[in-house]
Amino acid sequence: MVAQKTEYENSIVPKDKLFDLRLQEIWNYRDLLVLFVRRDFVAKYKQTILGPVWFFIQPIFQTAVMAIVFGGMARLSTDGVPPILFYLAGVTAWNYFSNCLRATSNTFTANANLFGKVYFPRAVTPLSIVISNLIQFGIGMVLFLLIYIFFVITGTALHPSITLLLLPLLIVVMGFMGLGLGMLVSAMTTRYRDLQYLVEFGVQLLMYATPVIIPLSAIPAKYKPIMLVNPMTGVIETFKYGFFGAGTFSWPLLSYSIGFTVIVFLIGLAIFNKTEKNFMDTV
Amino acid sequence: MKPIIRVENLSKQYRLGAIGTKTIREDVQRWWHRIQGKEDPYLKIGETNDRSSKGNSDYVWALRDINFEVMPGEVLGIIGKNGAGKSTLLKILSKVTGPTTGRIDFNGRIGSLLEVGTGFHPDLTGRENIFLNGAILGMTKREIRSKLDEIIDFSGCERYIDTPVKRYSSGMTVRLGFAVAAHLDPEILIVDEVLAVGDDEFQKKALGKMQEISKNEGRTVLFVSHNMISIKKLCNSGLFLENGNVLMRDSISKVVNTYEYKSASIGEIDLSLRSDRKGSGKIKVMSCNLLNRFNYKTTNIDCGEVFLLDLSVKSNLMETKSKNIEIAVNICHIGGDRIIQLSNRFLGQNIYLNSELTRIQFRIDKFPLNPGKYAIRIFIANSIEIFDWIDNVLILNVEDGDFFKSGFVENSSVFFVDHSINIINN
Repeated sequence: MVAQKTEYENSIVPKDKLFDLRLQEIWNYRDLLVLFVRRDFVAKYKQTILGPVWFFIQPIFQTAVMAIVFGGMARLSTDGVPPILFYLAGVTAWNYFSNCLRATSNTFTANANLFGKVYFPRAVTPLSIVISNLIQFGIGMVLFLLIYIFFVITGTALHPSITLLLLPLLIVVMGFMGLGLGMLVSAMTTRYRDLQYLVEFGVQLLMYATPVIIPLSAIPAKYKPIMLVNPMTGVIETFKYGFFGAGTFSWPLLSYSIGFTVIVFLIGLAIFNKTEKNFMDTV
Repeated sequence: MKPIIRVENLSKQYRLGAIGTKTIREDVQRWWHRIQGKEDPYLKIGETNDRSSKGNSDYVWALRDINFEVMPGEVLGIIGKNGAGKSTLLKILSKVTGPTTGRIDFNGRIGSLLEVGTGFHPDLTGRENIFLNGAILGMTKREIRSKLDEIIDFSGCERYIDTPVKRYSSGMTVRLGFAVAAHLDPEILIVDEVLAVGDDEFQKKALGKMQEISKNEGRTVLFVSHNMISIKKLCNSGLFLENGNVLMRDSISKVVNTYEYKSASIGEIDLSLRSDRKGSGKIKVMSCNLLNRFNYKTTNIDCGEVFLLDLSVKSNLMETKSKNIEIAVNICHIGGDRIIQLSNRFLGQNIYLNSELTRIQFRIDKFPLNPGKYAIRIFIANSIEIFDWIDNVLILNVEDGDFFKSGFVENSSVFFVDHSINIINN
């Protein structure tokens, strides 16, 4: 179809370009993004007594249970790192990814009411979720560092490596992988909800295919390929390697994670943008 | 001058029914056609959106090939029955949903007000919500900050501005929401019946603000409402939608007149086919005609002319029971109150009915109401039950006439009475 020339600034047409990220439009709504982040953060712990302390409590309990079950009873390898630290590192990083994925994967269905009344680039909503989860992750990191320092002072030998400098990259990769997958899922669940249920328990199961509990080095060769296909494996292993100097670090593995993230994010955003136009009719 | 909005062949198709395993076949078919580069097979079918009649297709057209233009500074009232496509049109204009075919071109920013207080969070304070709501509507933080005092002032919620919105009364929430929206500065503003909320004082304030926006600031406004009074007050032109088509695009007074006439035009249906009559049906009006002075059927009458309504009535009751029956003719405002009642009870006159058709004529020698449209209602009852009750039996079209037979056509009064003036010199 030949594009029609018009002397107008704006147009509303049935179909958009096949691949349009609309980053400029999202940038124009950056104030909304900030306000959404603030709203999510403030609203989450309003009218609770402990407030943001809840951000600490969840990973502490998760880690304690893992340390008892997998470290204490099952005696699984932790690459020579104290179990508490090992699990806390895994849980902190994994939770960021899984929270991003879970919260963004129902963007359209959860916000149908708002989206049905007013237009703004819908991608602002999942982006704001990723950023407010980043704050939560930051608080989790403070907890992790406190315990890390405690272990160092009490004389545990830990060997942070130079790959720790990759930490910002890892955080971006985790956030965008969750965001990309989440947008993909939310775009695909406006018509048929089936996928949403898959995500709900799928994320939990995926954790066992990620070296959160069992390090890559302790995985039997038979199951290793499953672990290596999972794009989160490279991220979590690198994260732990940076802090403890133990485990596996390989550029190919990490590059795979980064490449996967870039592709899934671009496809996710494009499909998400395409869906936002007519999802109100089917949601 | 160039139009600010141009709508070309705009259509919107909806699928009825639930989404489930059944729809996936159609989706796959659709997708298969698309990769082959063919046209969507489901666009060829579909019916006009008529709620009451049962259709054969799961697809309906909420809008079908709509074309119109809006000039800068125009205040366009969009009217039509429920389901005519008004809301769909506004939704497409405000980009909440996309069109199926066709296009809209426009200049500037479109601000839409399909609801007030969209996205308010109950746990945030009034002030925080002003920023949030403003940003959702497309304002930047700086814009909102520069208008913050004005907005708070307009809302009249100054005292509560740092209290969470969940402590607000519903009226206050609406005020605050409208205050934000009213200070949105788009070149094109779309408003959907938001004025129907809030108390009288607030409605006046809101209407005043809308007038200010359109008249003083010369902005283009598209306004949907069922309230003809506020539409007439606010708009200078109108768009009449029916079953997804543009029926009329003209000055607001003409469009409102047509709408009011159309909404009452049920009177043209044959009485025997009317399904909206009430009463037991033991006595029924079989026909009803307005006759002019030459005994021809008409719906037009001049002011001051003879009004002659000819009814045929049939009774299925035993003749002895057909006593004390009241037959009344009401002349009413369209969709509104009764103005005049004519009844045999008032005249102390008994009417006896039987199973044969009985013709009854109601007569006013000089019709007293001023020009306009009126609806006729007929009812037949006794002290125990209503036998028949029909609203809008026909719509009376009254035109200017020489009521006083003096050659003077008066139309500033609501109704006319014969009168005399005596001059007494002493």
